[in-house]
Amino acid sequence: MADQSTQTDELTSRERIKRALSHGKAGRISKDTSNKVMLGVFRAAAYITTLVLVAIIAYVVINGLPHISPDFIFGWPEGVNAEGGIWPTIVSTIYVTALAMLICTPIAVLAAVYLAEYAKQGRLVNIIRYAADALASVPSIVMGLFGYALFVEAMGLGLSMLSAAMSLALLMLPIVMRTTEEAIRAVPRYIRWGAYGLGATKWQVVSKIVLPSAFGRIATGIVLAIGRAIGETAVVLYTMGQAINMPITPLDSGRPMTVHLYLLANDGINMNAAYGTALLLMIIILAFNLFSRYLSRRSR
Amino acid sequence: MEETPSAAPKRELALVSHATYVKEKALRYLFFACAFLAVVTVILIFAFTTYSAFPVFTDIGLANFFSLTWAPSEGEYGIVSLLAGSGLVTVGALVMGVPLGVGTAVYLVEIASDRVRKIISPAVDLLAGIPSIIYGFFGMVIIRPFVAQISDGLGFGALTAWFVLAIMIVPTITTLTMDALNSIPMGIREASYAMGATKWQTIYKVVLPAAKLGIVDAIVLGMGRAIGETMAVLMVVGNAPVIPSSIASPISTLTSQIALDMSYSSGLHRSALFGMGVVLFIISATLVGIVRLISKKRR
Repeated sequence: MADQSTQTDELTSRERIKRALSHGKAGRISKDTSNKVMLGVFRAAAYITTLVLVAIIAYVVINGLPHISPDFIFGWPEGVNAEGGIWPTIVSTIYVTALAMLICTPIAVLAAVYLAEYAKQGRLVNIIRYAADALASVPSIVMGLFGYALFVEAMGLGLSMLSAAMSLALLMLPIVMRTTEEAIRAVPRYIRWGAYGLGATKWQVVSKIVLPSAFGRIATGIVLAIGRAIGETAVVLYTMGQAINMPITPLDSGRPMTVHLYLLANDGINMNAAYGTALLLMIIILAFNLFSRYLSRRSR
Repeated sequence: MEETPSAAPKRELALVSHATYVKEKALRYLFFACAFLAVVTVILIFAFTTYSAFPVFTDIGLANFFSLTWAPSEGEYGIVSLLAGSGLVTVGALVMGVPLGVGTAVYLVEIASDRVRKIISPAVDLLAGIPSIIYGFFGMVIIRPFVAQISDGLGFGALTAWFVLAIMIVPTITTLTMDALNSIPMGIREASYAMGATKWQTIYKVVLPAAKLGIVDAIVLGMGRAIGETMAVLMVVGNAPVIPSSIASPISTLTSQIALDMSYSSGLHRSALFGMGVVLFIISATLVGIVRLISKKRR
C-alpha cells in the first residue's frame, strides 16, 4: 500500500497542492474547525468504548459482590432453584480447562516450531496457515456440534470432561500456535547462529536455545488461550453435559460455570446466584488476561 | 561411527552420527504432523458435520432446506428465516460496531496522548477477553429492558442483539485496525503535516486510505465473529424462527437455533441442525479466505 502511494505521489501531489490552495478560499468551514470537530468525534468513540467496558464490569461487580461468600464458592447447589454454592461448576471448569491445555499445548507448540523453524515457505505452509485461520474462526457452536458428533457419539466418550477438553483444545490450538510462532520468530537470529556454529543440530538449537528464550511469550499465549477456554460456553454445552457433578475421572460429565450461568439466567430461577457466578467467572478470566499481559511485558 | 553407504549420499554435509540424523529426521516429521493436524482438523470438522447432515440432501431435500418455514415438528426445515435473522443481526452490529471500533483505533493510534493510550488500550484488550455469556447476560438484564421500554415489546429481538454484538465486535475491530494503522510509516504522515494539513485532513486523506485494506480485514473478521456468536445472541433475540417483522420483534439466528434445539432434537431435525452447522462453517471459511486474499494483496 505504502509503495503504491509513493509511486503515484508524482502524479497527484500537484493536484493536491492546487486543491489545498483553493480549499480555504471557497469560504467553507475552516480546516481548524473541522479538525477540532472530527478529533472530538474520534475521542467520543474511544470514550464510549471505555465507558461500555467500565459499565459492564461495574454492573457485574455491584450486583455480584453481595452474593459472593465462602459458602457460595465452596458450597453445592441445592434444590430446584440451585440455592447454595457453585463449587462443582468451578471444579468442572478448572478440570476441563487444565485437560484442554495439556492436550493442546504440546501439539500447538510443536506445530509452531515446524512453521517457524523447519518449514519452507510454499503451498503446504500456506494450506496449514489457512487451516489454522479457519480453525480460529469456526463458530463455537459448530465446534460444539463437531465435538458432539465425533468425540461424544462416534468415539463413544459420552458427555464427558474428555470430550469437552478435546473440543476446547481445538479452539485453543490456533491461538497458541500463532503466539508461539511469533515468539519463536522474535528470538534473534544470531543466538541460533552461535549455537549452529558450535555444531549443534537443529533439534538441539530448538530445544536448548530457541524454546527457552521464547518461553515467556509462549506462556503469554497459553494463558490467553486458557482465558478464552474458561469463558467458552457453546463448545462445552453439548460436549460436557449439564448435570451438576463433581468430576473425578476424565470420563465424568459435569457442568461448567458458563453453562451454569446460562441456565440460571435463561430460566430466571435464581438471579442472585447468576450474578455471583458471572462475577466469579469474570474475575477468573480478567485475572488470566492481566497475568498474560504481565507475562508479555516481563518477557519483552 | 558405523555408516551405511545408502544413507551417506543423502547427508553429505551432515556431520553427525546416523542415530542423530535419524532422530532429527523423525522429530522433523513429528513437528510436521503436529502442524498438519490443523489441516486434518478442519477437514474433519467439515467432513463430520456434513456426514451428520447427510439426510438433509437425501431425506429433507435442498428445496425444503432452503425454504422459508422452520417447523421441525411438521417436517418443515427451511433455514431462510434463520439466515435472514443471522444476516440482520450481523449487519446491524457492523453498522453500530464499525464506526465505534475504527474510531477508537484511530483515536488511540493517531490522536491520544501516551498517558490516555496506556489506559484505554488495555481496556480494549480486556473487553475482548470478557466471555460472550457475560455479554449475553448483560444484554439480557440491562439492554433488553431498555429496548423493551422504547419499543413497547419484550425487548427480545434484533435491536437488542445489535447493541450486544456491537459491543462484542468493537475490540476485534479496534485491535486489528490499530495494527493496520501502526504499520503505516510515520514518514507519510509527516509529509502531510509538512504541507500544512491538519490532523483530521491527514487522517482521512492519508492515513485511512493507506490503511484501507487492513481496516477491511478487521471488518471482515468482526463480521465473522458476529455471525458465529452463539450464546450472547441466544439470550437476547427471543428465538422465534420467523422472518423478522420489525427490529424489535423476536427472531432467531442459525447459531442460536442450533444451540436451542440440540438439547431435544432427534432424527431429521438433528440432521437439519448439522446442515446449519455446515452452512455456518462454509460462511466462516469463506470469510477467512477473503481476509487471506486481502492480506496477500496488502503485501
